[in-house]
Amino acid sequence: MIEDDEIELLLTDLFDIHGYDFTSYSRASLKRRVNRLYSLDKFPSFAELRYRVKADTNYLKRFVEEITVNVTEMFRDPTFYLSLRTDVLPVLATKPFIRIWHAGCSTGEEVYSMAIMLKEAGLLHKSLLYATDLNPSVLEKVRKGVFPLNQMKQYSESYIASGGLGDFSAYYIANYGQAKFNEDLAEKIIISTHNLVSDSSFNEFDLILCRNVLIYFDKDLQDRVLQLFDASLGSLGHLALGSKETLKFSAVQDNFKQLNREKIWKKVV
Amino acid sequence: MEESGVKNPVKIVVIGGSAGSLEVLFRLLPLLTKNLSVPILIILHRRSTADSSLSDLLGSKTTLPLQEADDKDQILPGNIYLAPADYHLLVEKDFTLSLDYSEKVNFSRPSLDVTFETVADVYGRSAVGIILSGANEDGTAGLLAIKKAGGLVIAQDPETAQMPVMPQNVINFIGVDFIYGIEEIANYINGLNTSGLHPTGG
Repeated sequence: MIEDDEIELLLTDLFDIHGYDFTSYSRASLKRRVNRLYSLDKFPSFAELRYRVKADTNYLKRFVEEITVNVTEMFRDPTFYLSLRTDVLPVLATKPFIRIWHAGCSTGEEVYSMAIMLKEAGLLHKSLLYATDLNPSVLEKVRKGVFPLNQMKQYSESYIASGGLGDFSAYYIANYGQAKFNEDLAEKIIISTHNLVSDSSFNEFDLILCRNVLIYFDKDLQDRVLQLFDASLGSLGHLALGSKETLKFSAVQDNFKQLNREKIWKKVV
Repeated sequence: MEESGVKNPVKIVVIGGSAGSLEVLFRLLPLLTKNLSVPILIILHRRSTADSSLSDLLGSKTTLPLQEADDKDQILPGNIYLAPADYHLLVEKDFTLSLDYSEKVNFSRPSLDVTFETVADVYGRSAVGIILSGANEDGTAGLLAIKKAGGLVIAQDPETAQMPVMPQNVINFIGVDFIYGIEEIANYINGLNTSGLHPTGG
């Protein structure tokens, strides 16, 4: 079991040597992730783990990917997606060009969900979806648009519950236990690494989605990231967070108005 | 140094349960007295679709403030926090709650083990873990962590549990401190009021 002071040593190494700043991550989750990896990879001692993280760049990639949470799904919280369809897409439709940012998108299931909704609303042709994450390896999965086939039954149910009227299985080709999503969806997805801790705003967006990312950050970092989103949204742009995340008590809360019961806010200044 | 007999203030009670636990809580919660001196966390295996109505339902059974946990909530004495559907509930060193959407543990999210383990880490010997009815083995590893950290473990009497597997598993693998029926569990928690100490059994 890795102890608290050892976690801090690892975080210091990650920052000093590799430039990854995890010092503002919530510790309880982070400690679980490090201990999980420590036993998964069967390290004989903390010193061994520390050395690998310091010196082995291949292992570093694995370490960063595993201590961050990369669990996501398509159309998670269908009522949230229903609200995007009915309350947000009609506003986006009035624009000549639509820019959407999926911040901390992980393997991209939510990006493809959005692309499907845009296509059904006849908006995909004039949209660009920026998919960013700090892990290059998960972004490779976004690029491929290949997800486990055994998830599709549940995704299909969520899709229908989100107001989808089409045939969900028409959006992918099943092959060898995998579902490969159609190229026309991927064509509008722009992939880039971006670290919410250290990187700045890179464009102006009409909609920013960042769901179940802020829960891993401490309050100060949450506030900094929300300010980054605020600065990256055009006037009357929308911000969407995870179902247990909030703008309440943040420095930017007065700039936003929540649309309804879902975690979607409209920028009002 | 042997510390048995040293006064040991209880700072948190964590209740975990699965199938058959809702009925237990319906009977347990109304028995809790108003001036509770500790916070209570409740982790229930539940459907992943977020129906916040469960917290309304449980809240209607008690005079204590009961809410579904939000990210970064401060843990306050006398308050009851329910783990939200489809998130793990964790405890931070500054006595706030945090949420985690990582892999399921024991096929469960929220997982009892995850919460019990972080509570053991933060509260050590000031923690009490209680396991209720359930049909799987989630909770045993977490309660072992509480026990190892010097905390106290109570199992619902399997005789009174709709699904005895979960409390029985804990009893088999951990030296539990008490095996209690529902009323005894309520009495135990209420007993924390006056002393704030681990009440003695019996």
